[in-house]
Amino acid sequence: MRRLSGFYSLAALIILLPLLFPDNYFVTVVAVTAGLNAILAVSLNLLMGYAGQISLGHAAFFGIGAYGSAILTTRYGWNPWPAIVAGAALTGFIAFIVARPILRLKGHYLAMATLGLGIIVNIVLVQAGELTGGPDGLGDIPMLTLFGWAVDSDLRWYMVIGTALLLAVWLALNIIDSRSGRALRALHGSEVAAEMMGINTTTTKTGVFVLAALIASVAGSLFAHQQAFISPDSFSFFFSIELVTMVVLGGMASTWGAVLGAIILTFLPELLVVFEDYEVMIFGAILMLMMIFLPQGLFPGLQALLRHRPKSRGKSATTDDGTEGNHGAA
Amino acid sequence: MFDQILQFILTGVTVGATYALVALGFAIIYNASDVVNFAQGEFVMMGAMSAVALSAGDGLPMPVALICAVLITVCVGMLLQRFAIAPARGASVVTTIIITIGASIFLRGVALLVWGKDIFGMPHFSGEMPIHIGEATLLPQNLWVMGGTAVMVLAVHFFFNHTTPGKAILACSCNRTAAHLVGINVGLMMLIAYGLSAFLGAMAGILVAPITFTSYDAGVMLGLKGFSAAILGGMGNPMGAVAGGLLLGLIESLAAGLISSGYKDAIGFIILLLVLFFRPSGLFGKASVERV
Repeated sequence: MRRLSGFYSLAALIILLPLLFPDNYFVTVVAVTAGLNAILAVSLNLLMGYAGQISLGHAAFFGIGAYGSAILTTRYGWNPWPAIVAGAALTGFIAFIVARPILRLKGHYLAMATLGLGIIVNIVLVQAGELTGGPDGLGDIPMLTLFGWAVDSDLRWYMVIGTALLLAVWLALNIIDSRSGRALRALHGSEVAAEMMGINTTTTKTGVFVLAALIASVAGSLFAHQQAFISPDSFSFFFSIELVTMVVLGGMASTWGAVLGAIILTFLPELLVVFEDYEVMIFGAILMLMMIFLPQGLFPGLQALLRHRPKSRGKSATTDDGTEGNHGAA
Repeated sequence: MFDQILQFILTGVTVGATYALVALGFAIIYNASDVVNFAQGEFVMMGAMSAVALSAGDGLPMPVALICAVLITVCVGMLLQRFAIAPARGASVVTTIIITIGASIFLRGVALLVWGKDIFGMPHFSGEMPIHIGEATLLPQNLWVMGGTAVMVLAVHFFFNHTTPGKAILACSCNRTAAHLVGINVGLMMLIAYGLSAFLGAMAGILVAPITFTSYDAGVMLGLKGFSAAILGGMGNPMGAVAGGLLLGLIESLAAGLISSGYKDAIGFIILLLVLFFRPSGLFGKASVERV
């Protein structure tokens, strides 16, 4: 119960927000984007935060999922649900093929390889015009229908994405506390040591890479149906970087950090719009300052702050969250 | 056919020379401080943009404008080291990557604010009379790019192998504490390394601007290509980075001419991935062993 208390709080927050602020633009529109980003950040965090494998190309899997759904529904008249599954299957297959050679690389070489993968996928999306619509994108993507309940309003999308986010968080939390989750964290500490303990590092790394790609792919399909129009711009190198930033900003190796980072980075540009021409500059400056002064990320930082104040809570609070915080700082 | 290929090679070497300079800047900063500087492309943009701005209309005469533009960029590079990289010492690889990405967004934002979204051209250094080699043609500016790059690469090589500050920077990259103990001013050496890297970036930008034009976001792709080239050559080996840059330029130019211009960037990255799959530490890099 205690382990999942954060999960129940998030669920409560997601349910309460539209009840408290029904027609608020930030709740029904921006929060949907924030939710999608949070799903992506949570999946990337499994790979980056826990397994310690940096990826600068996560948007590629998001894009393959989105285009998989879009192409199958608009060009071949598929029902959206099998299209989502087919998109995920394709993504999983591609991720599985590239995982082995890519995850052999380390540090900056791994960063470069994933970055290259992301750019290659983006170029294919732009160039394969007869299938993807090229730089102009693909429109008229049909909406989702759940047992006759059409997802046709902002509020309904809010509910769908909110549920998907809760599922992703629940999945991530459970994986981390399972046997394979511990294998992942061991791998982060030292690969050689993990192998000595009998962990098959190749299989573990491939597994988490494919899982992260699958989650991203489903998020991409949802995005395609929600927007009804997609273009390669949404899946560029910049978006991959943004996702990495969400994870690191929130605090690596913490699912809640990833969610927090995604929410902040989605709302920040919305709030910076008032600065008009200065927007880009201020965004860059905030990014730099946060990373310089809070290198371990916001969530572990906030946690440490909360833990220092009421001293009486010490023991019970550190058992579960304490280990998370330490990982983030490492 | 032969003339066509010669043409692609000439273009490739020109583009590759720019990549080489950017990659060299990457390698220098990586060697000195273990940081992959994603703002390297922005140095290229700042050099070219400030040169254009300073010489525009009745501004400064061209040579003075170029020198000022390079100095401005060098200052930006040093400020970046002093106020963004130095305070975050000891942070993880990903954190420093995001700091430099933040810096690159910031610099792009400044450029956008000062110069807007327009695309700017720059006059060629010595006329635009094409030189014919068989059926292939070459602009004098191409020679400027190749020559300028060659001179700077040799100068950097000389600097690191035969001058005291150069050797001091190398000492810092081997072992910071030991370098500090033998009396090397590590902080100053870091400033010099970032300044030098910014200098190379600015020169690349200025040399190539007359051919490719420039805009506030011209640095993004060049930065990525420079990073690819540095990785291709093997991170941490400056001359490998130069070779990687030339190779990447050649591959792209030949791929664009012979296969498809739309896929030229993709082919560059595919070859990069293949190289990494078979030689995980780049073409000229040393294989690393994980320590427990």
